[in-house]
Amino acid sequence: MSAVEALELPRPETPFRRFLSEFFASKIATLGFALLASVVAIALLAPLIAPQNPYDLARLDLLDARLAPGEDSLSGKTYVLGTDGQGRDMLSAIFYGMRVSLYVGVASGVIALTLGALVGVLAAFVGGRFEQLVMRVVDIQLGFPAILVALILLAVLGKGVDKIIIALVCVQWAYYARTARSAALVERGKEYMEAARGLGLPAWRIVLRHLLPNAMPPLIVVGTVQVAHAIALEATLSFLGLGLPPTEPSLGLLIANGYEYLLSGKYWISMYPGIALLLMILSINLVGDQLRDVLNPRLARA
Amino acid sequence: MSVYVLRRLAQTLAVLFVTSALVFGGLYLVGDPVEILVNPNADQLEKERTTKALGLDRPVLEQYWIFLRGTLSGDFGTSFVFGRPAMEVILERMPATLELAFLAMVISVCLGIPLGLYAGLKPHGFAAKAIMAGSILGFSLPTFWVGLLLIMVFAVQLGWLPSTGRGTAPLWEWDGLKYALLPAINLALFKLSLIIRLTRAQVREQSLLDYIRFARAKGLPRSRVIGVHLLKNIMIPLVTVIGLELGSVIAFAIVTETIFAWPGMGKLVIDSIFQLDRPVVVAYLLVTVFMFILINLVVDLLYTVLDPRVRLADVRG
Repeated sequence: MSAVEALELPRPETPFRRFLSEFFASKIATLGFALLASVVAIALLAPLIAPQNPYDLARLDLLDARLAPGEDSLSGKTYVLGTDGQGRDMLSAIFYGMRVSLYVGVASGVIALTLGALVGVLAAFVGGRFEQLVMRVVDIQLGFPAILVALILLAVLGKGVDKIIIALVCVQWAYYARTARSAALVERGKEYMEAARGLGLPAWRIVLRHLLPNAMPPLIVVGTVQVAHAIALEATLSFLGLGLPPTEPSLGLLIANGYEYLLSGKYWISMYPGIALLLMILSINLVGDQLRDVLNPRLARA
Repeated sequence: MSVYVLRRLAQTLAVLFVTSALVFGGLYLVGDPVEILVNPNADQLEKERTTKALGLDRPVLEQYWIFLRGTLSGDFGTSFVFGRPAMEVILERMPATLELAFLAMVISVCLGIPLGLYAGLKPHGFAAKAIMAGSILGFSLPTFWVGLLLIMVFAVQLGWLPSTGRGTAPLWEWDGLKYALLPAINLALFKLSLIIRLTRAQVREQSLLDYIRFARAKGLPRSRVIGVHLLKNIMIPLVTVIGLELGSVIAFAIVTETIFAWPGMGKLVIDSIFQLDRPVVVAYLLVTVFMFILINLVVDLLYTVLDPRVRLADVRG
């Protein structure tokens, strides 16, 4: 009975506090977190802070096309990061592009995490043929590079935000499923699970309230890495012309648009969206790296 | 052992079959290649003639059946665009892609393992931190954007290396190598970072284990502890990843080849997707899927050589 009572006691606040202090102990990780926070803020606030609405074709001035950063236009406006082939302000286009890229990355990550974790935990619990089948499919799918699978899916599905999210979910769920299964297998044998079962709790409650919270750390680590991957993958596919339609330019599409101007020395059209993309992925990777070190008990003991 | 290999081959056939059916069906739904192939001014009659000539007027199941029957006798269909057997078109481009993938792998392994080893052995030194910072940058840099930067700096600004194309000279001569250098570096960057990080993580985890302590307690020289005991044990995960990454290098070559106009399979398949050249896309996928499965199998077999503790009976698929 004492084990059960210990479970019901309110947990002291130390674990989360300790996590925070460990996380921010690294300067690089703190920097990464600050960077990520500003990226998210820019993406969320893009319509408010961008100097121009890049989707509003009526506001674009073809006379202002291909202006270098800081160059004054005929109409007296100055574009900090220059303009693209249609006279679109690059800074605004980048802000909106970050919004699209982040949305695609996070949305596909969350859906894939939910789906994958569900399938993985189910596989660990049901076992038998179902588990074998799931893991076989996961193994086979992970045997193929993500870009190839996504490429084929998009060749079939066509262009669009929803379609690229579907493709990314199809690519990513397997990573989460595998992680969730192995975490569930480890957690299943632990005492608190035995206690929960001993209490006669329904299976769904054991899984959702007891197992999942404890299986979360590895999933979060995989999640951050995967969101960064998803953003890079989306940019790559859009660059190849297979991802998003030109009406919703993500960073990859902006870079692709600047490709033709690159050889004639108009570097800024491709360069700055690329830097934005890099900062975005870098900040997520920095945070994910530190999360992995903090949440990995094997390294913590060392 | 042979039972294991046979089972894997049977599984390979199943995967190939499912892939071909999915892609064939999927591409059938996408659109009518005739619209793209014939000259825009062509009349209805001419369109119908082309449709018939390509066999596209039959029901999709029948088309698939014809394709399957052909595949079994080594005929993967005729490219709509090139008018030649699809497999021939692909095999023609394959050496260029393999060249690029091989060069990229050599770069990333030859640099990645020593750098990762160093970063793992002296994790708190300045150099190790610089290596790790570099690797996380390499991890985060979008491949295609790096490709553009490489072209901008080395081809446009400095003019040291050609920006696109393949040249005619073989790879071991400078005239051939100079074309391959930029794309290979571009392709290698991500793998290099991956190998550095993996090697370092393995070194850090393994050097805490008892066998290393024991080897040092025995008074073995440091070079032997690292070169034999440590390296042998970190090789297992490394070989897996390197093997699997070889496949992904071939796939990622799609991007690099597109940027550098490298005449390999990847550029071919991108063009074919846009032109709805179904036979080429399907044949490309079958070739790559087969290559991946082969690579995975070789990696699994290598396991047993590197680590006698692994028995193939334990390795499930």
